[in-house]
Amino acid sequence: MGKSARGRANIVSDLTFQFESFSEFMLMAGHGPYVWACYLITAVALVYLACAPLVKRRALFAELQRQARIENHELNKRKQASTENSS
Amino acid sequence: MNVYEPNQSRNDQDSTIQAQSLNTPGVWSGFWATFKRDGLIAVRHRGEMANPIMFFLMVITMVPLGISPEKAVLAMLAPGMIWVVALLATLLSLDGLFRSDFEDGSLEQLLMSPQPLYFQVLAKVSVHWLVTGLPLTIMAPLLGVMLSLPSAGFAPLLASLLLGTACLSLIGSIGAALTVALRKGGLLLSLIIMPLYTPVLIFGASAVNSAVEGFPIGGQLAVLGAFLAVSIILAPLAAAGALRISVNG
Amino acid sequence: MGWQWFHRLGSPRWFYEKTNAWIPWLALLSVALLLVGATWGLGFAPEDSEQGNSYRIIYIHVPASFLALAGYYIMAISGAVGLIWKMKLADMVMKSAAPIGAVLTFIALVTGAIWGKPTWGTWWIWDARITSMLLLFFLYLGVIALQEAFQHQETANKASAILALVGTVNIPIIYKSVDWWYTLHQPATLKFTGESPIDSSMLYPLLTMIVGFYVFFALVLLMRTRTEILQRERKTRWVKALAGGQTS
Repeated sequence: MGKSARGRANIVSDLTFQFESFSEFMLMAGHGPYVWACYLITAVALVYLACAPLVKRRALFAELQRQARIENHELNKRKQASTENSS
Repeated sequence: MNVYEPNQSRNDQDSTIQAQSLNTPGVWSGFWATFKRDGLIAVRHRGEMANPIMFFLMVITMVPLGISPEKAVLAMLAPGMIWVVALLATLLSLDGLFRSDFEDGSLEQLLMSPQPLYFQVLAKVSVHWLVTGLPLTIMAPLLGVMLSLPSAGFAPLLASLLLGTACLSLIGSIGAALTVALRKGGLLLSLIIMPLYTPVLIFGASAVNSAVEGFPIGGQLAVLGAFLAVSIILAPLAAAGALRISVNG
Repeated sequence: MGWQWFHRLGSPRWFYEKTNAWIPWLALLSVALLLVGATWGLGFAPEDSEQGNSYRIIYIHVPASFLALAGYYIMAISGAVGLIWKMKLADMVMKSAAPIGAVLTFIALVTGAIWGKPTWGTWWIWDARITSMLLLFFLYLGVIALQEAFQHQETANKASAILALVGTVNIPIIYKSVDWWYTLHQPATLKFTGESPIDSSMLYPLLTMIVGFYVFFALVLLMRTRTEILQRERKTRWVKALAGGQTS
């Protein structure tokens, strides 16, 4: 298990795809369902972790925009009412 | 409500000593005052002392009903079951540690007193243990008989529970302090305290199991003693901090 | 320069604007590392002599376990910083770290359990590592539940900071106790990944995945903290301007 630079280069250059075909890659000599279930669950969990803040942020902005619209509407109504009163 | 009583000097002629002791109560006077007060309250509510014991008894009765009445099976389960149920009984009783004082405002008074909160908390936990942990420990041999615990296990059961229930009361006080301000704090208290209880449970149950199998248990008891020592020092500090947060928040 | 950056951290807005540029880079780096590591581990690392192909789960299980533990410490430390220096940002980091750590602990548990099936024929096994991980999961749940239970944000922060610190002190004790307990009950034949040194052809994809997970953790922690900042500062002008609404 050489830790020399040459040893490390060998590891990268010696990279061979370990399976004969794609279907074998899927099956993984019988361990396929376990391995793929794990990777799938993890992928779903990680995607959830990354997306949850984005979704919350979008919801927050939508809420703030809605509030701003309501405030502006109220403000305009009051302005109209005061100009009507003064005229 | 006068939570603390000033020391009364026996020597009436020496007024300076009297004045001094009135102005600077010793550190332990707060401890004893709270201890006596809580003890008095516990004695007045004697009936409540029976609750953890009855819980203990009833759940242990469920074991043969739910699993098997065979002697061999019960003997194998006995050390762990007694320990687990003692742990649960302690958990159930912890919610009341600070709650009644919180609700009538005396906890706030306690926090404002000049005595260090550490000793007040230690006093409350001591009374709690005397009223919960100690009765459970004393009951345990009876339950050991009901679960066919081999005779080698009885003394280790007493020793481990004696040390262990004290640890459980101390560690549990941290959870009780954190959740005292919450309305439905009871279940949350159990949730946050359980992982912290596992080392005590492991060594306590192992002490009894090892003794039943014929091995020496000095190591396990030493570890339990170490847990107790560390808990006495650190747990009231954490609980005091948590109390300040709960009451002032 | 000195401690200026530390004091500037007292302003959530400064932190938010400063970290704007970090997100794309962190995202790119973490996705790259995770994809490379996963592909390498799944397809290019050699089969294990004892466990066959199921060992490839290690490329998820081990990084997730590391991060589960590291995440708790990050949570506890930021809680302590918030408690001692009363820094709002530290409180927000702690609150954001808790669910991320809990999910990672969950991943570690699930992958550990699934790995158990082809290896020992059982879906769950009470060995030292899985049991410790389960207890860590409970510790996370406790902190999260305590956070949610309080009405007042400040009290919630302080209480959960104390709980996280108590948990931190206890984690080594719990791990050691469970370890000791396991040695009492299990025959020596059952070994988890075993003491055999891992071959470098398997080690490098593992290291890639570990680093990738760390970067991903940093990314998601940053994203959640930023969203938390927006949430708590939503009444201020700068957040309203960001939201794009018309301020009066």
